[in-house]
Amino acid sequence: MSRVLVGVKRVIDYAVKIRVKPDKSGVVTDGVKHSMNPFDEIAVEEAVRMKEKKLASEVIAVSCGPAQAQETLRTALAMGADRAIHVEVAGAEYETLQPLHVAKILAKLTKDEKADIVIVGKQAIDDDSNQTAQMTAAMLDWPQGVFASKVEKSDSGLTVTREIDGGLEVVKTKLPAVLSADLRLNEPRYATLPNIMKAKKKPLKKISAKDLGVDLSPRIKVVSVEDPPVRQAGSVVPDVDTLVAKLKEGGHV
Amino acid sequence: MLSPFRFLVAYVPKLHGLAQVRYASQVLPQLSAEKYNVKRKNYANVHNSDINYFKSILGEERVLTDKDEVMPFNTDWLRSCRGQSQVVLKPKSTEEVSQILSYCNKKCLAVCPQGGNTGLVGGSVPVYDEIVINLMLMNKIISLDEISGALVCESGCVLENLDTYVREHNLIMPLDLGAKGSCQIGGNISTNAGGLRLLRYGNLHGSVLGLEAVKADGTVIDCLRSLKKDNTGYHLKHLFIGSEGTLGVVTKVAIHCPVLPKAVTLGFFGVKSFENILELYNSAKSSLGEILSAFEMADNTAITHTVKNLNLTNPIADYPFYVLVETHGSNEVHDGEKLSSFLEKEMQSGLILDGTVTSEPAKMHSIWNIRESIAASFLVEGYVFKYDVSLPQKHYYEIVPKLKQRLGDKASSVIGYGHVGDGNIHINVTVPQYNKEVLSLLEPFIFEEVSKVKGSVSAEHGIGFRKPQFIHFSKDSTTLDLMRDLKQLMDPNGILNPYKVLPDTN
Repeated sequence: MSRVLVGVKRVIDYAVKIRVKPDKSGVVTDGVKHSMNPFDEIAVEEAVRMKEKKLASEVIAVSCGPAQAQETLRTALAMGADRAIHVEVAGAEYETLQPLHVAKILAKLTKDEKADIVIVGKQAIDDDSNQTAQMTAAMLDWPQGVFASKVEKSDSGLTVTREIDGGLEVVKTKLPAVLSADLRLNEPRYATLPNIMKAKKKPLKKISAKDLGVDLSPRIKVVSVEDPPVRQAGSVVPDVDTLVAKLKEGGHV
Repeated sequence: MLSPFRFLVAYVPKLHGLAQVRYASQVLPQLSAEKYNVKRKNYANVHNSDINYFKSILGEERVLTDKDEVMPFNTDWLRSCRGQSQVVLKPKSTEEVSQILSYCNKKCLAVCPQGGNTGLVGGSVPVYDEIVINLMLMNKIISLDEISGALVCESGCVLENLDTYVREHNLIMPLDLGAKGSCQIGGNISTNAGGLRLLRYGNLHGSVLGLEAVKADGTVIDCLRSLKKDNTGYHLKHLFIGSEGTLGVVTKVAIHCPVLPKAVTLGFFGVKSFENILELYNSAKSSLGEILSAFEMADNTAITHTVKNLNLTNPIADYPFYVLVETHGSNEVHDGEKLSSFLEKEMQSGLILDGTVTSEPAKMHSIWNIRESIAASFLVEGYVFKYDVSLPQKHYYEIVPKLKQRLGDKASSVIGYGHVGDGNIHINVTVPQYNKEVLSLLEPFIFEEVSKVKGSVSAEHGIGFRKPQFIHFSKDSTTLDLMRDLKQLMDPNGILNPYKVLPDTN
């Protein structure tokens, strides 16, 4: 039976309207509602289902971030993870935390915890990097099944159905392996009250990146963050002829 | 929330063959005049000269006379009523409303003031050929005082747009209801709409600070003050709140907006019996105190059918009853502590069998969506008889099992859900097709039952066209006489929203 490590990130809730900071260095996060990255929620659900199907013996949730990351970990515990590790990264260091750093942290923890499956969301909805799973697999030199929409146990390892352009691709990997969860992999459960209560008592370990020997100096510099261009207002035209004329004028037909 | 019209259209393709036929037969609901056997009163008919006059003040584009264009304004969204109006007017200002009414009053032309047309008692659509005055173009926000929270706007503003606007200024609208994406504030006020958070923010008689309305003869009544306290003579604004457009047309509104809560949490619980719901309500009131913002219930059929019909996800398993508890507070940690001690206590006591609790906006939205979709979701199963009554809380749910027994297999479902905190229950009876036999079993039975325990035959939906004959179950004859006197004083020709609210004297 496998031990599963799941990466969860605390991001601005997707229902919240995003505002860019006036100095264009990033987006406003103070006083804004945060939740677990939706793709990571799918990853947690998949890990918990593996445990329920007796394919996994233990599910460990990991989050890198400031103190509030523990709330996200509690959510993962309430969904069914067994224990949690909070890798504390705060302040300026957190602002420049990049997928490469997270991949190094996850790879190190995977070895320390003797996990043999790593599952993360295919991307976080805040920076949309879509790199952590791939980099983690490279660091560990493990096979990867990314953009998974279905994961099944096979004799020699896992059969992963991946959503790719134009259809589905089925790959087989040996274990250990790294997976990333796509939208249709599953529908995450709601944490129920008894499990929310239980989650409060489950073990949550706090460590620092330094403890793991991971260097967090940034490799990428964010130059500027801009609002998307505002859509121009439409106009009402009196008849089809005017519409056609306008379309021609604008070079659309 | 879903616009009712969009809802019906959107779900057509998903219906199977049989239901589609049923839907087709509903495309044009029966004329209200025939279906409910109403005689036209002695108003003038609309002539071309009248249309030309309206065009002279509004222009060609804001006077609709094309049959297809007028159709949606004649039909209510439950598709239980259809009027025969031939003209829809879309004024843009109080002056235009005043000119229209003054003209109609002189010519004795009946009018039907209309907002978002989301009413549930047929009050917002004409019965015969009343001229529809739709206020959708009066949609300007006039001012917002961030210190007092007073919002001043025109009456055609859509509730959800106002809420989005005031949220930018850290305020919220004091009312919230399922139809928020279509309903207009003027209609909310004219019908004294209640909604999901009345428990916390009170009803519109408290929140509306002032308003401007136009009387039947075109006189503009200016009560548009935005003061919290103003005891200068009779409080006339209250006459226009809940009078359903029979005393005047509301054109502008000043409304008090509470502060946007910094911390919101929502719980959804399974409960064994209605008695347990009442116990849980008392416990929530004392444990959660000032942060409690909504306490709603729905029975098993209401939730399971809604989830099935609209392909939603029920966050928890099957339980006889469901309760939704929301908190609005200013400090997440403080609210969280209160809530978790409440939950721990009531899980242990067994009042809560299971449940989920969340403060993630997306999850809260999905849970609210189940509750808010109940009203619309049964429309795909056939014709829905809807009742909205207030009852003393200990009698709140009694009527649902009584109705089930009375109707037997004549009804495909009987459900009860609503605002327990306010003693307001919605009872929906679904039948495959509208039929008078079921109607005669329901009415006046329900109203008699309500009257026995001193309830109200209409809690928040109003009287409209569908219920004047039942108003006497809640109002005695001297009260009704005074209402008639007021009507006579303010609208002597009776042109404003006829056939509605007041029952005929004969």
